[in-house]
Amino acid sequence: MADNIKSKRSSSLGELIFFNVTRLFAILTFLILISIIVSLVNGAMPSIHKFGLSFLWRSEWNPPMDEFGALVHIYGTLVTSLIALIIAVPVSFGIALFLTELSPVWLRRPLGVAIELLAGIPSIVYGMWGLLVFAPIFGNYIQPFLTNTVGHIPFIGRLFQGVSIGIGLLSAGVILSIMIIPFIASVMRDVFEVTPGILKESAYAVGATTWEVVWNVVLPFTKVGVIGGIMLGLGRALGETMAVTFVIGNSDQLDTSSLYAAGNSIASALANEFTEAVSPIHSASLIELGLILFLITFVVLVFSKLLLMRLNKQQGQRT
Amino acid sequence: MMDIRQQRKLVNFFALSMSMMAVVFGLFWLFWILFSVFELGVSALGVDLFTKMTPPPGSEGGLLNAIIGSLIQVGLATLVGTPFGVLAGIYLAEYGGHTWLGRSTLFINDILLSAPSIVIGLFVYSVYVAKVGHFSALAGVFALALLVIPVVIRTTENMLVLVPNSLREAVFALGTPKWKVITKVTLRASVAGIVTGILLAVARIAGETAPLLFTALSNQFWTLDLNKPMATLPVTIFKFAMSPFADWQRIAWAGVFLITIGVLILNILARVFFRQKHKN
Repeated sequence: MADNIKSKRSSSLGELIFFNVTRLFAILTFLILISIIVSLVNGAMPSIHKFGLSFLWRSEWNPPMDEFGALVHIYGTLVTSLIALIIAVPVSFGIALFLTELSPVWLRRPLGVAIELLAGIPSIVYGMWGLLVFAPIFGNYIQPFLTNTVGHIPFIGRLFQGVSIGIGLLSAGVILSIMIIPFIASVMRDVFEVTPGILKESAYAVGATTWEVVWNVVLPFTKVGVIGGIMLGLGRALGETMAVTFVIGNSDQLDTSSLYAAGNSIASALANEFTEAVSPIHSASLIELGLILFLITFVVLVFSKLLLMRLNKQQGQRT
Repeated sequence: MMDIRQQRKLVNFFALSMSMMAVVFGLFWLFWILFSVFELGVSALGVDLFTKMTPPPGSEGGLLNAIIGSLIQVGLATLVGTPFGVLAGIYLAEYGGHTWLGRSTLFINDILLSAPSIVIGLFVYSVYVAKVGHFSALAGVFALALLVIPVVIRTTENMLVLVPNSLREAVFALGTPKWKVITKVTLRASVAGIVTGILLAVARIAGETAPLLFTALSNQFWTLDLNKPMATLPVTIFKFAMSPFADWQRIAWAGVFLITIGVLILNILARVFFRQKHKN
């Protein structure tokens, strides 16, 4: 009897400890995010005090004179990510369409794995390959071709003018697009797969073609999830460091609208300059850049997550 | 009537061809990158790579200190991050999944999962490196562990939720306390999935460069001291690849080859392992 009570007590003590230890680590995870934001704001304070909000739209980045503005970096980050999306979204859609509707069953798995391996390749590999293998070919063949074709279109043409050196905003965008294709494609595939078969079959039964089923049934049904997947890819592209650092050209000046021009992104400025920053205000400005990057990706990722959650909820209601 | 029908068929044909082109486009990059890595990497391989230190410009050398440095830091980060992630994941799946804390932590964890890794480096720099005043391998381990944690939390939570409740109820019915149910039954039932998650996390941090730039930095010389800057493969590749020296670039290609092979093998292992365990 006494033994029994003792073992019961010890087990409820064990329960208490185990529960609280696991909860402690969950709380710590919660705290990581908060301390990231606090420490970045704290580190950026000197720069926030000195430049105020104008930091966001000043284009001057001059370490010797201690003058800093984030415009060039924000521009480079957004433009490269936008180029990446323009290429990656239709390609990912095509891949997801193939994997869910067209591919023979035996091919689905190996093909899916192959595309996911693209996401497994470390970004440093993309970077080095991009600089030493891709950039020369891009600069010698693709860029002159683009200049001679798209470059003659009024208005858009201006983006494709200039010296073809193979590195710059456009190259960085192209490399980024390859890196985010697997993320967007796998989310799209997963949400396409949850479309109820009965919906698709009804459409096929009234004579719709495969394309019409995907475009008019699957896509409207899953559009929230598709946008969530695109946002996830965008979040990746915005924060990608190494691949961009290698090919963007790392120039803090931007005086042309051409996409061939060398630029800089927030992440690559951090990678290149942070350990070499001498003055405290230079470090603080770089930390503020990091803070801006974190806030942008934070908003994008929250948005993406909320959309994907909405799709799941909708799923729960319908089934 | 015929016209519309033919037009629809044509549109369908065009769209499906574009879809196939998209797959070819994706595979094209994969094979191109792998081909270059093999072509340039294999020719740079040699015994020196595994026996000599990273050289100064213009002389022969290897990657020994960088390889060991990577192994040490990735290993320690995994050792630190895994228990952290598994415990937090247990809380989220078994205890607090529906509480305010549980739901917001799960949400935040998904944000951390995709947060830019360079920001993690910046964070570790400001809370650790700036305070102690020097770069160190320990700071690198800290940064990498912060990348492991969200991956492990996510997979642990996912896998535990998949365990059928009837299994839990059966053990509860025997009068077992909850913590024993979790450690002895549900955790064991989902161990394959959790190990897969850990393997994928290792694959991810093995190639990470950005968070190490301001934490572990790099070191041209041999060191096992965790309080000193330590070389890693990715940071060494970054330094060597950006340099104008042909010798350095050759070594960088060899390093890229090693990392790519390692990461791809880990990825494939993780998948195969997961599939086999789940078949049983």
